[in-house]
Amino acid sequence: MNARLAPAWALLPDYLGQHVLLSACALLLGLAISLPLAVAASRSAAVRWPSLLIASLIQTIPSLALLALFYPLLLALSAVSLAVIGHGFPALGFLPSLLALTLYSMLPILRNGVAGLTGVDPAIVEAARGVGMTDRQRLFMVELPLAAPVIMAGVRTAAVWTIGAATLATPVGQTSLGNYIFSGLQTENWVFVLFGCAASAGLAMAADQLLGLIESGLARRQRWRIVTGAVGLIVGTLAALAPLASASLGVGAVRYVVGAKDFSEQYILADVIADRLEHGGASVLRKEDLGSTFAYDGLKAGEIDTYVDYSGTLWANILKRTDNPGRQAVLTQLTAALKQRDGVIVLGSLGFENAYALAMPRAEAEKLGIHSLDDLAAHAGQLTLGADLEFLSRPEWASVRDAYGLKFKRQAEYQPTFMYRALTSGQADVISAFSSDGRIAADDLVVLSDPRHALPPYDAVVLVSPKRAGDARLIGALTPLIGKISVDAMRAANLTVDRDQDKATPAQAAKALEAKVGP
Amino acid sequence: MAGPIIELKDVVKRYGALTAVDGLSLAIEPGTFTALLGGSGSGKTTALKTINGLIIPDGGQVSIDGRAAGDEAGWALRRRIGYVFQEIGLFPHMTVAENIAIGPRLAGWDKPTIAARTTELLKLVDLPDNVGARLPAALSGGQRQRVGVARALAAKPAIMLMDEPFGALDPVTRDALGRDYRALHERLGLTTVMVTHDVWEALLLADRIVVMDHGKMLADATPSALLAGHGDERVQALMATPRRQADRVRALAGGAL
Repeated sequence: MNARLAPAWALLPDYLGQHVLLSACALLLGLAISLPLAVAASRSAAVRWPSLLIASLIQTIPSLALLALFYPLLLALSAVSLAVIGHGFPALGFLPSLLALTLYSMLPILRNGVAGLTGVDPAIVEAARGVGMTDRQRLFMVELPLAAPVIMAGVRTAAVWTIGAATLATPVGQTSLGNYIFSGLQTENWVFVLFGCAASAGLAMAADQLLGLIESGLARRQRWRIVTGAVGLIVGTLAALAPLASASLGVGAVRYVVGAKDFSEQYILADVIADRLEHGGASVLRKEDLGSTFAYDGLKAGEIDTYVDYSGTLWANILKRTDNPGRQAVLTQLTAALKQRDGVIVLGSLGFENAYALAMPRAEAEKLGIHSLDDLAAHAGQLTLGADLEFLSRPEWASVRDAYGLKFKRQAEYQPTFMYRALTSGQADVISAFSSDGRIAADDLVVLSDPRHALPPYDAVVLVSPKRAGDARLIGALTPLIGKISVDAMRAANLTVDRDQDKATPAQAAKALEAKVGP
Repeated sequence: MAGPIIELKDVVKRYGALTAVDGLSLAIEPGTFTALLGGSGSGKTTALKTINGLIIPDGGQVSIDGRAAGDEAGWALRRRIGYVFQEIGLFPHMTVAENIAIGPRLAGWDKPTIAARTTELLKLVDLPDNVGARLPAALSGGQRQRVGVARALAAKPAIMLMDEPFGALDPVTRDALGRDYRALHERLGLTTVMVTHDVWEALLLADRIVVMDHGKMLADATPSALLAGHGDERVQALMATPRRQADRVRALAGGAL
């Protein structure tokens, strides 16, 4: 057990530090906005109803969606600011996470602030006016002190929500304790998932207790409670941030950002790339669990320096092409088009394809006599399709569906790990699989052939951001990988991470893969 | 005499269709104790609050010391006028001493002067010294209203406005506090305006009683003049009860009185 916990512990200083930084900033910003707003709202019904309504509406947006929505918004704002003042800003990572969590923290503070301030006994307000206090003196000498315990209760709620929701910042490229949960879910590393949950719950509970101490100190007018709680919060925050500060002050000038999408192969390849860069003396920051378009847009904008994508994905989703001129032609045209359009460098194919394919259990395929997608079309009406969360909304699906006239009895979407589970448990008959997935062989699945070439080829390609196009160190470190990874080697590496027994971490799988690739 | 210390001229205050104060004119001389007497909805509290600017009249004029009340900020005016009301409104998060000290603190007095004044006031309202360190919640109702009076007097105002100040107290405490306050009024040379619905209280404490009904003045006379039959039948109906009660008590006491 200890051997499985060790890799999790090793990541904790970075993840926890980033998580605390994000949550603390969001909470402070939320306080700075919500408190004055609560004061204004408590004095005027014209401010009160709209602000409470908007804050409640924000709360109804699922937090993951709220985080994701800030990305296109910031991207557009960044483009505007680039055009107007000549400087853009990053649309991925810290900023969208901060803004979304700030909005998320506002409702409890606002609501309790208004309740606390309007709940002050009218006789006391009249007395405050009667003795000749100005509006400001009344607020600071009477109303805020009396409302403070109620306001603090709101701050506690906001802190717990913010710390919990900060785990969802991972998919928009902000490292947090959510990295344990997202990558653990992808690689079925339940130790990681539990570790991430426990760490974020522990953090939330610690913050809640310290804020609770301040709250009870305010209510009972006991200064020692307030001081102890405040000192605890400050010391805890600084202790969590210390590793970040030493990391940013330490090692060399060059710091590369390596991106990864949210599945095992991506983690492994990101680790391979990171290892090579670190071996060359550079320091590396990983941004993992990115959604498909976040990854490419982030690279284009220079927020990510390099990551691995797939030719067909870029072909269909970025270039919006629906034709299929063949594996080599796609690669050649893609390389030229991305360079010309976005300045993005396609360094080359790693040597294997990870194609979208439809797969089904061998026994069932043989029983029904299904070998190709044409055969599948004839039986689709009795079958259920299990797809990953992206597949059904991607252009590739539309082109396969239309080319073969596929019409399934039912379609269900799963997170990839659970998609395979659904297939083995019989809840799905056919799934959208990746051809380099180790589970195809492990679960004895057959990949259905595509005689009409409706699906484009999916060569794994190394992309380099326009910003690093002339970076000899980066390109020199990555070029030796081109053409060196066979589909069998990749499949084997993926399987060591994805299988149930004797699991390896992506970092361990990367080391094993590097040994096969050579220097 | 330099003229009235408080003057209301044709003061009007409306709340929607309701006219709470309907053209009230009143001049109050320094050093007097005036009771505004009336039932609920008579407009007496509204009239009182126009004096310290807690309510701004819709029409007419209020002058304090010959100066129009609207000439300065309401909070500045209120620092010069003591205000005591039935709910008292002691600040629950401050000690008794801090409550009493609030007026001097707002006026920017220095700390030793404030401390000395607080001690002086506790003595003045007949409270033991050790009460100062307690929170208001630890006091009885009568003690709390004594603190309310002390707080109102702390910054040495010339005028005291009181809105049913002893209304929530039991009869014995109420009588004691009323007499103690009347003595303070004499000793400090205050000008007091007290709102009450209690005819007895008005008769026993005030030098002058202004009877109000539906926002208008019904009578303006001394207690003895009112008891002697001054005013119309509505005023006399008001006086009938204390007169009958006094007769009854006298009869019960028999030859003893």
